[in-house]
Amino acid sequence: MIYVTRRAEFSASHFYHNPALSPEENLRIFGKCNNPHGHGHNYTLEVTVAGEVDPATGMVMDLKDLKVLLDSEVMQAMDHRFLNKEVPVFATTIPTTENIAIEIWKLVAPKLRSGKLHRIRLYETPDLFVEFFGD
Amino acid sequence: MVYLTRRYRFSASHRLHNDGLSAEANKRLYGKCDNPFGHGHNYVLEVTVAGAVDPKTGMVLDLTRMDETVQREVLDRFDLTNLNLDDRHFGAVVPTTENLCMEIFETLRDKLNEKSGGPSARLNRVRLEETASNFFEYFGDVQAGVRL
Repeated sequence: MIYVTRRAEFSASHFYHNPALSPEENLRIFGKCNNPHGHGHNYTLEVTVAGEVDPATGMVMDLKDLKVLLDSEVMQAMDHRFLNKEVPVFATTIPTTENIAIEIWKLVAPKLRSGKLHRIRLYETPDLFVEFFGD
Repeated sequence: MVYLTRRYRFSASHRLHNDGLSAEANKRLYGKCDNPFGHGHNYVLEVTVAGAVDPKTGMVLDLTRMDETVQREVLDRFDLTNLNLDDRHFGAVVPTTENLCMEIFETLRDKLNEKSGGPSARLNRVRLEETASNFFEYFGDVQAGVRL
């Protein structure tokens, strides 16, 4: 089994707010991240695909296919977007880095034609990242 | 299950020396690191917690509380210190980065779990870079669930 990782970057804004909670409670839990005008990050996404090396090509999957897939499924949806307002799932789900990573998994996993999605790693800043393995 | 990692930095000095060995054996074993005056590193610490995303907050763990815990338990204790003088642990233990990595894990294990505010978030990994070229990882000896 070989693990292939492709990295991509996107920039987006978001804010954290749970409508089921009071304004005071939102501010207490989320602090500055609760500002409804949003704030932004340069996200770095790492997508890891696991699979066997195809003897015919020497590859697990065509990395260009993965790039095209990430462009169409993730970048189109999230790059230079206000996540809360422009990505439908985040109208009802708080766009924390945890939830963005899970959402990216859901977008990418069913579209892979070879190999198996192993890990989504998403950096919100160079000093903070989350990982999701699909379970 | 989501794995959340936060990166921290601290600087400290140490000397690698085992009092139970001869001067020659120490020199052979530790080389330049046995210099009695010590030497220093800029350590990069990564702390990973694993847990379910709390539907109320969308988060695994409150980062402010994680920062406060690591600051109080690790950075306040080790940053800008001589590790060999840490009486809590390194009086009798050689402060290699392996041992430091394990000590940080054991120090944080209960503190982070207790701060999680729920049963799910748990300390998963401590990764410690001594230089840009070498790093050490410790999972608390629980091999199940280790994902690299």
